[in-house]
Amino acid sequence: MGITFRKETFRDDFTFRNSPEHIRRFPFPFHEDSYMYAVNIEPHVVGPKGSVLENLIDVDEHYVAEMQDRALVLAEDPLRCQSLPHMTLAGWDLLELLMEQQALGYPEHFTLTRDGDRWRWINRPLGIDDTFTFGDTSTLPYGPMEYITRQSQGDFCILDQRDGNLWMDAGMVTTQADWSLDFDIGMNFFEWHAPVPLAHEKGIFTRALKFLTNIQQGKPARRLNWTMTINPRLDTSPENYHKWGPDRATVTPENVGDKVHLRVELQSFWRLPRSNGIVFPIRCYLIKMDELVTQPKWARRLHRVIRDLPEELANYKGLTRYRPTLVEWLSKLDDGSATSPGFGPD
Amino acid sequence: MAAKTIISRPIYGTLSPQPGTHHLFIADAEGALAISDMAAKAPAGFFDGTEIVFIPGADGQHVAALEALKPAQFHQAPSFASLLPRLKQTLTNAHMGLRLYLSGTEGLIGQAMQVALEAGIDHTSMQTEHRGSLARRMQCVHCKGITENVTTQPATCSHCGLLLLVRDHYSRRLAAFQGVCINAEDRSEIPPMEEAFP
Repeated sequence: MGITFRKETFRDDFTFRNSPEHIRRFPFPFHEDSYMYAVNIEPHVVGPKGSVLENLIDVDEHYVAEMQDRALVLAEDPLRCQSLPHMTLAGWDLLELLMEQQALGYPEHFTLTRDGDRWRWINRPLGIDDTFTFGDTSTLPYGPMEYITRQSQGDFCILDQRDGNLWMDAGMVTTQADWSLDFDIGMNFFEWHAPVPLAHEKGIFTRALKFLTNIQQGKPARRLNWTMTINPRLDTSPENYHKWGPDRATVTPENVGDKVHLRVELQSFWRLPRSNGIVFPIRCYLIKMDELVTQPKWARRLHRVIRDLPEELANYKGLTRYRPTLVEWLSKLDDGSATSPGFGPD
Repeated sequence: MAAKTIISRPIYGTLSPQPGTHHLFIADAEGALAISDMAAKAPAGFFDGTEIVFIPGADGQHVAALEALKPAQFHQAPSFASLLPRLKQTLTNAHMGLRLYLSGTEGLIGQAMQVALEAGIDHTSMQTEHRGSLARRMQCVHCKGITENVTTQPATCSHCGLLLLVRDHYSRRLAAFQGVCINAEDRSEIPPMEEAFP
């Protein structure tokens, strides 16, 4: 039995919803009642059946709609997908990784067959059946990174490793939490993280870089990150901030449950075999407050996290304008009782 | 020069004579003073293998002082744009071991560095010294247009007209600071425009 892909939108009429099964599998990012930055990196190994970790590259009911939204973003702004000239080999590495993982996890939807360098890729949900020569860019309709990331959920950054640092030298970034690939491309790990408050002083990035530069082939790692988004909008880019920014002023006590979304990024880190680069998929999951609070533990915990969030973090995450309204709404769902340890719902 | 900073914001040093026989100086306006100051510390014969390229400021000063250093080549350009074809050729034809010195406004240092990066020179090998105006080169993240010589905070994009917060976040590849709409959430909020980068 395959996935039933939803017909939905992430703009204009915003028809995006999670099914009840997808609410239960949402990667809730808080394991306790408060939040502060940490180097929360762990091995990216397969998790429980029915969770977003059931496969290392997760494909879900939003797949087709997300790929349609990505195509719309790219048509408006092709600079969301860029690759510096030395990154083509890493693009082929990524194509191989994503084809293998998607075919492995979802054989009813994706099939990869290889005869030497002659590869055939069948993507049934998107109606694609292409035969090409691995390593020969002229046999694909796009460069290898763009080709496969137009068929894979989440943003992808490919990092070149040199001089003991990681360099953001290629990427497909259309569902980002307010950072610009076009501006940051070519920067090193510390430079592209420069605007993040508090974390530099805590030594977070120095330790994270040390960990990431030591990632080995076949041993990916992962972490969760989060923010909040008004309306289920995937494209919250700085490029379009003047278009989606006004949404933040539309939150009222009556529409919090429908408009305010928790946005969780499942970030994973993979060593690429030929280029020795690192690919950094940033998979975005959205859930509206009305859906999230169907799990009482999550409602209580989110209330406490948002209420107690340090001011600088709230500003950086863009919550300032609607935080009081959100906290007031969530407080009614928090009876003060204890929450169980761990991320999952009770 | 800037009081508070973030990691992507460039940090400038003080020019000092580097070992080697080939030296290229690119400077604008008061950047000439950084070269004069450094010359006092330079070994004899240093300028025999040196080219100085200079874009004078509005006051037209410092040309004579640079010529007095007797560099092997001296070139005066009216603007960075007019200098570009010559600079590209110089860098393309340069041999391994050419030392690069950039001094003057941030816009000049950034744009010269951008051209040198494209020619394959590592940014950490370049000597830089900031002198003169703090005016910034800014890229509008929305329309991608570059506005030169930004002195105010916020600043108006000279291309699309949005009112932008001039961030400290800096791209060497674009040689520009990032400008992001300051009142995107409520366009009726117009923060006062202050002289921030004189």
